[in-house]
Amino acid sequence: MNTFIDFITFKDPNVLYVVLGMLLINSSSALIGTFAFLRKRALIGDAVAHALLPGLCLGFMFSGEKNVTYLMIGAFASGWLATYAIDLIVNRSKVKQDAAIGIVLSSFFGLGIVLLTFIQKNAAGQHSGLNTFLFGQAAAINKSEIIAFAIILVLIVIALVLFYKAFVIVAFNKDFAHSVGLPVRFIEFLITSLTVLAIAAGIQALGVILMSALIVTPGAAARLWTHKLRLILVLAVCFSIFSGIGGAYVSYANSGMPTGPWVVVILSVFMFGSILIAPQKGMISRWRRARGNRKKILHENILKAIYQWHESQKLHESLSVKLKTADLISVRKFDTSDLLNGLNQLMRKDFVLRDGESYILTESGKKESRRIVRLHRLWEQYLLKRTTIDTDHVHSGAEVIEHIISPELEKELEKELGITGIPEEDY
Amino acid sequence: MKNQVSVEVHNLTVSYDGGPVLWDIDFELPQGQIIGIIGPNGSGKTTLLKSIMGLVEPSSGFVKIYDKNLDDVRERVAYVPQRESVDWDFPASVFDVVMMGRYRKKNLLKRTNKADVEIVNQSIEKVGLTEFKNRQISQLSGGQQQRVFIARALAQKADLYLMDEPFVGVDAATESSILALLQEMKADGKTVLIIHHDLQTVSEYFDYLVLLNTRLIAKGNLQEVLTKENLSNAYGGQLTLLSKVVDLIKKTEFPIREKDVDL
Repeated sequence: MNTFIDFITFKDPNVLYVVLGMLLINSSSALIGTFAFLRKRALIGDAVAHALLPGLCLGFMFSGEKNVTYLMIGAFASGWLATYAIDLIVNRSKVKQDAAIGIVLSSFFGLGIVLLTFIQKNAAGQHSGLNTFLFGQAAAINKSEIIAFAIILVLIVIALVLFYKAFVIVAFNKDFAHSVGLPVRFIEFLITSLTVLAIAAGIQALGVILMSALIVTPGAAARLWTHKLRLILVLAVCFSIFSGIGGAYVSYANSGMPTGPWVVVILSVFMFGSILIAPQKGMISRWRRARGNRKKILHENILKAIYQWHESQKLHESLSVKLKTADLISVRKFDTSDLLNGLNQLMRKDFVLRDGESYILTESGKKESRRIVRLHRLWEQYLLKRTTIDTDHVHSGAEVIEHIISPELEKELEKELGITGIPEEDY
Repeated sequence: MKNQVSVEVHNLTVSYDGGPVLWDIDFELPQGQIIGIIGPNGSGKTTLLKSIMGLVEPSSGFVKIYDKNLDDVRERVAYVPQRESVDWDFPASVFDVVMMGRYRKKNLLKRTNKADVEIVNQSIEKVGLTEFKNRQISQLSGGQQQRVFIARALAQKADLYLMDEPFVGVDAATESSILALLQEMKADGKTVLIIHHDLQTVSEYFDYLVLLNTRLIAKGNLQEVLTKENLSNAYGGQLTLLSKVVDLIKKTEFPIREKDVDL
């Protein structure tokens, strides 16, 4: 607990820099990264991150020290060059984009490692700290870097506020943006430049290998929660900042734990968590939907079987005979335990009453039972009227459809077929 | 006579991968009519529309709209791309997409104003999507998505409309509502240029036709274009010689014309 209080009160001034740095880097990359994600250029972010390495090394060689301005210029230049190279390969050769990304990523990264080794062999380079660029070292963030990161975030926010409409239309429908005369090239240049800048800013903390996570993941995770773009941007920033500060805390509380990888791990928890629990699109809500459907089908099949039993005895006007499970199984091959579960659930819904071993429909149960049978037979009639289908095939189609016909569709069916009660024919 | 022309395409040649997709296309189109561009798959219909809209660079020739360059009359032209050309899972509502029809270079940095909102609402109303106004575009049917694109073009308040296959994959209700809309636009004096591939319906939809297969096969009113000879020229494999030449040009990366001949 003390460590946590020390952390949030910035007892160690270094913590302040790390937290501030994470805040700035992660906001920048989440905002602009969401647009890269929407433009389906997320993987290019990964290539750019790797491709920054030779630029960083050259920046170091020019300045002779770890000067943030030189490093940023070098990183920006080689990041841009990589993006340009990918587009050039795609446009001027038969190589497709996925291959082009792989080629550019590995060749720039390879060159970067060569330069890195070269620098480290020199006396001046031995304590350069450049090797942290591979996996990042958030603890080494200093004041001048914080200022640089802040400038980058301000640039991104200004561009987003000013050009929001343009960013959206270029991401959604570039040809249309062109057709109304918008400066598409300029907007694409702007988005790419800001993406490269955001990646360059994150290299110090995350390293070239993990940085692409901050570009791709926040937007992808946020997309699962909502359809509203503004909300996606806000959520992406929240996920990313939380992961950033969380990673910084884990690293602070356990000395020796690296910040960058922890940031990415926490971010991945958000991502996989979203895949699991996001509303509508999440796996759990889809699984629950499937389970709900299965239950509904079972309930309705039981109610239908009760009707059919009565019908076979010509008692379907009253529907008031007490039935044993064996009676129902004689009409339809239920699994006994499914049937008992279903009957219990129907009792809770007040459709069925139990009397010892027997079951009887309540008034609302009778109504529901008639509704299902009617839908089934209406659908059979509809298929026979409108399509060419043999009478012995029409039943199985209606078996499923009876469960999903809404009251509105029921009315339309009724109107189209001119049938009011329950059709006699059962196929 | 000249001011009756909506689109003039002059000696237009467009190539992809070294082979011509459109070859020496040359025609003038009338105003105030519903014009169909027809031709088999891969005959360059979409490329023609894109070159009129300035989206592809021609290797020779030019396009004039209302006797001017596109940039001078951009606000009078609305473009409806193919529905499949965008990702409909994009996080936007019907209203958001139709509002894009109001975007201009000069108002890009401004907030949308009341008049724009009014026009967008009217356009959505015209295609019958008012009750879906705030619906996510991913939750619409194919026909509804197509109507969103048409509403966006309506919101542009243009005089010339270029539509790429608006009838593909739409339900009967959408088809008839688009047709009604086209008649209304025609009555307002608008010109509509539509790419269409279903020969069955051509005579119900259009006043004027352009029949295309890499080269211009025919153009004019329905009786002039829909002759047996024209159709078999465009569709009947009569042009195998032409496509053999195109393949040869591609393979040898040969220039399509000698530079100075074009003058």
